[in-house]
Amino acid sequence: MDLTLSTRTEGDATVVEVGGEIDVYTAPKLREQLIDLVSSGSYHLVVDMESVEFLDSTGLGVLVGGLKRVRAHDGQLKLVCTQERILKIFRITGLTKVFPIYGTVDEALAAAS
Amino acid sequence: MPTLSLAFTPLPAQVRTARMFAVAVGRRSGLPEELLDEVRLAVGEACSRAVAVHRRLGSPERIRLSVTEDERGYAVAVRDAGDASQVEHADLDALAIDEEAGGALPPGLDLAVVAGLVDELTVRPDPAGGTIVRLRWKR
Repeated sequence: MDLTLSTRTEGDATVVEVGGEIDVYTAPKLREQLIDLVSSGSYHLVVDMESVEFLDSTGLGVLVGGLKRVRAHDGQLKLVCTQERILKIFRITGLTKVFPIYGTVDEALAAAS
Repeated sequence: MPTLSLAFTPLPAQVRTARMFAVAVGRRSGLPEELLDEVRLAVGEACSRAVAVHRRLGSPERIRLSVTEDERGYAVAVRDAGDASQVEHADLDALAIDEEAGGALPPGLDLAVVAGLVDELTVRPDPAGGTIVRLRWKR
């Protein structure tokens, strides 16, 4: 399965819904999406990963790259993820301390900046 | 169980096929679903690392993935054309600190993730040239 991406605006935040597999082949597509959003002035991103079936370290690199870009504009990148198999790689790499991770998009949007 | 092998062209698009191969072999030999998730991720990391090595070298040589399941467990070997002495392995304890400071992910994160998933990880030179990365899940 390939990577699917869709974006929508919720208040001053942009929700990026990601589906499918994020790996060395598909990660460039997500990187481009995040770069495009930041270039067009979206600095408050919520990346919804509930439909992601696979995430590897290349995908983590893209998310960290996105985080750096939004932080350069005093923005934020929040993740929505409850799937154990996806959370595992964040735990192994210690990146749970770097990304704010929420159970739902609403919680991520409601959380204070 | 005999060893099953897959040789693939060093292209990012092939890594998914390699993952599916390793998972299919594991499923057929009765590995539990949680372990298959680990196999999927670890084999994906090892194979994308191998693809990156070949691309850096400009090597069109195929990458070889071998999977064996025996009384000692489930074992995977990934052979690439790179120099085993150049293999990088990130320090995950340093990683979080780097990220707090807004740093980039270090090279060698792939094998660091693998190490967090398997019971045994070894990186050795292939006597015929190249590097063999071995992953093992014990019974």
